[in-house]
Amino acid sequence: MEIRKGIAVSPGLAIASAIVLDSEQFRIPRRSIEPRETAAELARFQGAVQRALAEVRGLRERVATDVGEKLGAIFDVQDALLTDPRVSEGICELVQREHYAPEYAVSTVLRGYAKKFLSLPNRYMSERVADVYDVEKRLLRNLIGAKRETLGTLRDPAIIVAHDLSPSQTASLDRSKILAFATETGGRTSHTAIVARAMGIPAVVGLKNITSDVAGGDTVIVDGNHGLVIINPDTLTIARSREANERFRRMERELGDLRDLPAVTLDGHEVKLWGNIEFPHDIETCLARGATGIGLYRTEFLYLDRGEDPTEEDHFQAYAEAIDHLKGLTLTIRTCDLGADKFTHLSGEYDERNPFLGCRSIRFSLQHIALFKTQLRAILRASALGPTRIMFPLVTNLKELRQAKMLLADVREDLEEEGASFDADMKVGVMIEVPSAAIMARHFARECDFFSVGTNDLTQYALAVDRSNECVASLYTPGHPAVLRLMKTVAEAAHESGVELSVCGEMAGDPIYIPVLLGLGVQVFSVSPATLLEIKKGIRTITMDQAREVCDRVFQFDSDREVDAYLGEIARRRLPEMFA
Amino acid sequence: MASEEVQIINRQGLHARPATQFVETANRFSSRVAVYKDNQKVNGKSIMEMMLLDAERGAVLRIETQGADAEPCLEALVQVVRHFDKNPKKP
Repeated sequence: MEIRKGIAVSPGLAIASAIVLDSEQFRIPRRSIEPRETAAELARFQGAVQRALAEVRGLRERVATDVGEKLGAIFDVQDALLTDPRVSEGICELVQREHYAPEYAVSTVLRGYAKKFLSLPNRYMSERVADVYDVEKRLLRNLIGAKRETLGTLRDPAIIVAHDLSPSQTASLDRSKILAFATETGGRTSHTAIVARAMGIPAVVGLKNITSDVAGGDTVIVDGNHGLVIINPDTLTIARSREANERFRRMERELGDLRDLPAVTLDGHEVKLWGNIEFPHDIETCLARGATGIGLYRTEFLYLDRGEDPTEEDHFQAYAEAIDHLKGLTLTIRTCDLGADKFTHLSGEYDERNPFLGCRSIRFSLQHIALFKTQLRAILRASALGPTRIMFPLVTNLKELRQAKMLLADVREDLEEEGASFDADMKVGVMIEVPSAAIMARHFARECDFFSVGTNDLTQYALAVDRSNECVASLYTPGHPAVLRLMKTVAEAAHESGVELSVCGEMAGDPIYIPVLLGLGVQVFSVSPATLLEIKKGIRTITMDQAREVCDRVFQFDSDREVDAYLGEIARRRLPEMFA
Repeated sequence: MASEEVQIINRQGLHARPATQFVETANRFSSRVAVYKDNQKVNGKSIMEMMLLDAERGAVLRIETQGADAEPCLEALVQVVRHFDKNPKKP
């Protein structure tokens, strides 16, 4: 079993066998043969080997004559691989004993070897993997030949694993049989994401090397709610995923009922339930799930996957598109949060020992003022088109907030002089995601319009835990009393000064924390599109008195275990169907 | 059965080209060829397994041949390893 993390671009969960499309777009189905066909299939395989060998030898000669003997000799390795007795034994064995079709046997055996190459410590040797892939492709091309199967005639439901999906490929898909997509590329232009959402199937993109890690026929789970792909899951994981899937579908069925209902507690206290997005077109999904605004628009994707900085127009187009989708609902744009685990060609210039404590986020912006001003100009210009708010990430001291606001004022003056229109009252918020900002919240509250608590970073910094490090990941929970106390400090400061309190971290999307956040007086829950409905349901099944009671109780515990166990118990009692 | 230990002396170790030379030579004989490095054992007629052995310069290989032409086969293979960098052309 192998778990891979990518970017969730379309919600839902699917379990099925994979069809892998490599860059040459071969479809390698896990096809079985009848035992009586074995001899014929083996002969077909041998024929393909002979044709592949002839190709390689022809190439060798041509290159040797044209370019020189030395380069021609490069093909000797492929020659040797095609005649390798262990390789052909392995393939023939799968055909004879397991009744695999030769295509599938070739793919299984060669990708098995490729994985071994990739794990070699010697870099020169691990790069030989290219020869292995090349031989695989050559054999497949000779095996499949003209009778290459198309995606239009799938017999069984399947998950498509590909480098990227081209529009012509998706156009030819048998949509009734495709359950999910998992692709290697995934930028804001990701065609896969758009198609998946339109088809209403889960998709995860940005999965490096997924086409070589998954072999056609492998069982794969695509979790479009959390951006995970699980390769060859064990039975327990499959069972859990099926359960989660069942729950998700039940919730989906309630969509019609829940979508248009307000996020209001049993005793009539209404909160704003907003969505977190990465691309403007994510807004469709948010609105379809009843979001009434966007509490976090991550703008990093404008900077990633490109060799140059986005222009003001690139920014503006994206924001304008988002505002257009929102039809009058509020858009909260977070300025660039680059650094740490997200790099552009620019931020990659630093070799940092400790990137999470390094030049990231607002620090990066304040050191690259031209880049930052470009974004500020675009945000201001977009604010003329519809309700827009701006927020600054990872602020650790008042000076940073003041500097950022000063730059914003500069840009406003410039725009005024140019006669450009913008919202003169655009709200400015601070993300509270560092303990220093939480502790100093009272002071920040005097100089901004709203707080948005980024619980992921706040938890990581408060507990000094990198949750992607599996040795310490279990120490990571926003239920830690220290994190909760920081949040209480922030909440009190917000309420005192009348600053709106929003939570946009994953904590807001976890149903067990609903009573705590309501109890702390959180006004905006901003969550990923996939969890919008669950959270709305959770909010609608509790009264404010109950929430405050749970919240008070939680602050009496001294360990994260007690907190999470207690909140889990309460949630199971309140929402049994969600935690079945 | 014949067997001999031989050290990899060329700079790049048992990289693709030497490995190819080795298996091409091995396949000219009918004997079975086993190659040992540390506690790994691979088939000396398989380029895939030889490359995955990942033998770098200084590594000691034990070559073991078994069959009718075991002796000449071993002799030829030992020569190949000793002269890896010296005969870049196909033998």
